[in-house]
Amino acid sequence: MRNCYIHSAVSISAQNTFASEDFLLDVIAHNTKKTQAIYPNFKDFIAPIAARRMQTAVKMGVVTANKALQIAELNQPDAIITGTGMGCITDTEKFLNSIITNNEAYLTPTSFIQSTHNTVCAQIALGLKCNAFNNTYTHGNLSFESTLIDAQLLIQQQEAKHILVGGVDELGTEFVEYVQMMEAKESKGIKVPFSEGATFAVLSSEKKVNAIKLQAITTILEASKEEIILKLEAFLAVNDMDANSIDAIILGNNGDAYDAYYELTATSLFPHAVQIEYKHLIGEFHTASAFAFWLGTKVLQKQHIPKDVLKNSRQNKSIKTVLLYNQFKGKDHSFILLKTC
Amino acid sequence: MQVKELREELKEKIIEQLNLEELSVSDIKDDDALFGDGLCLDSIDALELIVMLDKDYGIQLTDPKEGQEVFKSITVLADYIAERTNK
Repeated sequence: MRNCYIHSAVSISAQNTFASEDFLLDVIAHNTKKTQAIYPNFKDFIAPIAARRMQTAVKMGVVTANKALQIAELNQPDAIITGTGMGCITDTEKFLNSIITNNEAYLTPTSFIQSTHNTVCAQIALGLKCNAFNNTYTHGNLSFESTLIDAQLLIQQQEAKHILVGGVDELGTEFVEYVQMMEAKESKGIKVPFSEGATFAVLSSEKKVNAIKLQAITTILEASKEEIILKLEAFLAVNDMDANSIDAIILGNNGDAYDAYYELTATSLFPHAVQIEYKHLIGEFHTASAFAFWLGTKVLQKQHIPKDVLKNSRQNKSIKTVLLYNQFKGKDHSFILLKTC
Repeated sequence: MQVKELREELKEKIIEQLNLEELSVSDIKDDDALFGDGLCLDSIDALELIVMLDKDYGIQLTDPKEGQEVFKSITVLADYIAERTNK
């Protein structure tokens, strides 16, 4: 089976991660309940005639995807795979509200056409004139992880050499308010802002200078905290590793009661490792773990951990292996293992 | 409503409805082609305009050939609406 390497990773988030070359040097503190991503000037990247029907998710996706391809020096990927939890929620809301407002009449096509979850993946392909494999996963908080599994399988089975993968979600305007109202009723609900973002990466079977290896990924729909420990140990064992092999672990803490999963995992298995968290910087959304993928890749490439993501004070001199662990409400657990080459 | 005012109203509606953020009313000339070389509108825009005609002016376009003629320019569209609504 062929190995899977990361040739580039690009992210638009609630921090200056797209335009700035600084690696989370000057972070922005978000004290609001929801926060938008920091958008580049989309007009610099997308022609107005094309952009006029695009909502934020599509614009963020198209721009990050193109930059990821540019960095990887790739014109045409063999596959484009996108993950999104809520898809193009802005147009979905617009279309559904239009049905109600107009009493199910006078429905215009644009917001309906653009509201489908695969719009981002399709618009990227249209822009590239790419007729290759094009797929979108909408698996809640495992949407991005599903793209990685699909891409890794395609590479391992030699069905594709270079694959563009990404995770993207936009805030929308209405649905997120309802989710927040529900969350506010929880005694220990999510404390980080609800947010949005897009992360795209080029995965390849070709080893390249400064490429990072996507060693393994697995997902678990539901498990207790104790079961997660066992499953994580088994996951590492399959990859000829144990907990001591991990130099840094990136955890998806969002301040809710289910952070106990991360605490138990970190204290039980990884007291020696650098512990990193990021959702206080970029907020929570279905594909927030794609940002962790970007962060892990950058940490390994740059051999540096920005101080604002450090959860504990340990900082190894050399970081060769990073484990990403994310879950949402005790469900949709994922482990992603990244290594230097 | 005078036809001149109707033309300005149509320009505003087209800009808003079709998200032509880059354009202002003054950028659209009365006799500019709406499709093709002029504003470069496409088939999705045509559907949006058909819905707009029905919703805002009570005019139902059912014949595609008629649509091709009606959407030639702002002038043609305004005259078409004025004839049917006495605006």
